[in-house]
Amino acid sequence: MKIHIKNGRLIDPARGLDEKQDVYIAAGKIVGIGGAPNGFSANRTINAAGMVVCPGLVDLAVRLREPGFEYMATLESEMEAAAAGGVTSLACPPDTDPPLDEPGLVEMLKFRARTLNQAHVYPVGALTLGLKGTHLTEMAELTDAGCVAFSHADAPLTDNQLLLRALQYAATFDFPVWLRPQDAGLARGGVAHDGQVATRLGLAAIPVCAETVALSTILLLARETGARIHLCRLSSAEGVDMARQAKQLGLRVTCDIAVHHAHLSEMDIGYFDPNCNLTPPLRSQRDRDALRAALADGTVDALCSDHSPVDEDAKQLPFAEAEAGATGVELLLPLTLKWAEEAGLALPRALARITCDPARVLGINAGSLALGSNADICVFDPARYWKVEPRALRSQGKNTPFIGLEVKGRVRYTLVDGQVVHESTQAGA
Amino acid sequence: MFLNNNPQLNKNGELHHLLSIDGLPAEILRRILDTAQSFVGVTRREVKKVPLLRGKAIFNLFFEPSTRTRTTFEIAAKRLSADVINLAIMASSQTKGESILDTVANLAAMQADMFIVRHAESGAPHLIARHVGADIHVINAGDGRHSHPTQGLLDMFTIRHYKKDFTRLRVAVVGDILHSRVARSHIHALTTLGVPEVRVIGPKTLLPSHVEHLGVHVYHDMAKGLKDVDVVMMLRLQSERMQGAFLPSPQEFFKFYGLTADKLALARPDAIVLHPGPMNRGVEIDSDVADGSQSVILPQVTFGIAIRMAVMSLLAGKTPR
Repeated sequence: MKIHIKNGRLIDPARGLDEKQDVYIAAGKIVGIGGAPNGFSANRTINAAGMVVCPGLVDLAVRLREPGFEYMATLESEMEAAAAGGVTSLACPPDTDPPLDEPGLVEMLKFRARTLNQAHVYPVGALTLGLKGTHLTEMAELTDAGCVAFSHADAPLTDNQLLLRALQYAATFDFPVWLRPQDAGLARGGVAHDGQVATRLGLAAIPVCAETVALSTILLLARETGARIHLCRLSSAEGVDMARQAKQLGLRVTCDIAVHHAHLSEMDIGYFDPNCNLTPPLRSQRDRDALRAALADGTVDALCSDHSPVDEDAKQLPFAEAEAGATGVELLLPLTLKWAEEAGLALPRALARITCDPARVLGINAGSLALGSNADICVFDPARYWKVEPRALRSQGKNTPFIGLEVKGRVRYTLVDGQVVHESTQAGA
Repeated sequence: MFLNNNPQLNKNGELHHLLSIDGLPAEILRRILDTAQSFVGVTRREVKKVPLLRGKAIFNLFFEPSTRTRTTFEIAAKRLSADVINLAIMASSQTKGESILDTVANLAAMQADMFIVRHAESGAPHLIARHVGADIHVINAGDGRHSHPTQGLLDMFTIRHYKKDFTRLRVAVVGDILHSRVARSHIHALTTLGVPEVRVIGPKTLLPSHVEHLGVHVYHDMAKGLKDVDVVMMLRLQSERMQGAFLPSPQEFFKFYGLTADKLALARPDAIVLHPGPMNRGVEIDSDVADGSQSVILPQVTFGIAIRMAVMSLLAGKTPR
């Protein structure tokens, strides 16, 4: 299949490129930019006039809910949602049931994902067996099976001796470890940021120190062991400050935030909106502003969807009992564009946080449109408004705090390895 | 982010549910207090019934056990001639795994006009109010740590009864503010009704962070906090909080935060003492004070019926079916 994408505005954040250029694709690779290679004759021409052509998005946290949580979502539904969101590479956290703690599970997931022929799936393996925090997993075997990193997802890891050894072991083979900093004791029982909203609504609180205490432990152990650490879902101003200092000290640390935390604060809980029950909790407006600034200045390497489809019944409960999480993989692009517009950032800089930067965190060859690279491409209409509503979402999860919001930016074509895996017409949103 | 419209008011700004004091304008609070005033007479008559809610079905929906609050709602509903159905949900369907909303949908299908809801989780009455039909009213009878609006209102009624004018008062709320839905209701009601100085007194473990954002002054020292106040509002200390990570022992709590005659002497001589009950004598309040001349704890209970009659009649008395 040879594809010619013509008349589009080509943005390749990795090279800071933003200009009108045609793209030529053959055998799953980009074979020409600007001009066609000799003898190229397209089987298909995509007219991208008025649209942006950028690398397919790389999302560091998409829960596909398989195995074990098929009542919430299935691989089919969520892979389709990812394609509709322009996502061509995604990392999935190990918090499935059973967790991704043995090679057979990882191979099965990779196999199932491959047969769907959509986004590339990069499993993040469990750091400990069953995510129970007591026994290390076979990290080398899991890596052979396809894991790109090891994480404890949102499961508590209370034993610092075990954490030290996990980091030592991972550092032996230079396996990256992804950790969401949260001290289990300080967060115990909490469901909302320890601030004025939790005080007013009478919700049990999670203080910022639950994040910073865990962060200081992780950073000290990172220095001790030399392990490569990725900090997931930072939520506070103090948290990103600590990440900034760690980077200045030369620690091998990267970090991300979830797209919800770039836009929302505790105030959005309003009158107990269970869609705002998120992990970590939405913090103060000051925290949100600090996260946005850190995302803009590059302290925060990547913006991810932290996609967590939840079934309706699990959300129709009192706030504290509602299952945490929000669907988001289809909103990553429009919410990134919204952030860019509000922050006055040029598109290439903003798109870097959802393309080449997360690809660098993952250590994969993606997120770029250089000649010869894989043809993972997102073509979107940057001016198209659409309303976030249940029927507009492919994900089985309809749970998002952004329900009802008009957003700008609609994916028209998603290509993975030179194949069109998603397209939407101009008429149907 | 789109649940920011006040769910208690209808399109005309009238009270449709009573879920929290927070967000209610002073006129509505005063209207409830004035209506309750007219019912105080009824409760003293020989025939204590008025027909305002005749034919209405009121469901007491208690997901958390309570005797006092449920009983006062039941008495109030019966004095308004409503039919009252008591449901202790703990003992029935919830243990079988039925969701709150399924329970509520089933009861709504039995032509309920009003749900009185108590639940251990903050926000449960909001959830129910969002999902019931437009002709059903929800009253929060206490949800988690969030709100207990009828308790807050009956305490305002009591204060107004003895002190007349809210705008000249200094009021102290004492004890476990962190876990108290009653304290939150007090604070919102007092500040909304124009009390110029509301104080909270307690140890740091029992005060929520940012409590000053609610418009109160924070004291950790009982002697300083009670100085020259007109009203002392004591809170119940739950037994599970008396020893552990929040407090070392009930004795130590009583020593520093228990209301004794000596400490009360620091308040204004005509200060009144309230307590929402049930009291832990010797933990948050000394018997001498609880039974003393400044205590208005029993009148609170009497006024509680009038307040609940007022709220129910204002909500359901005007809805045609």
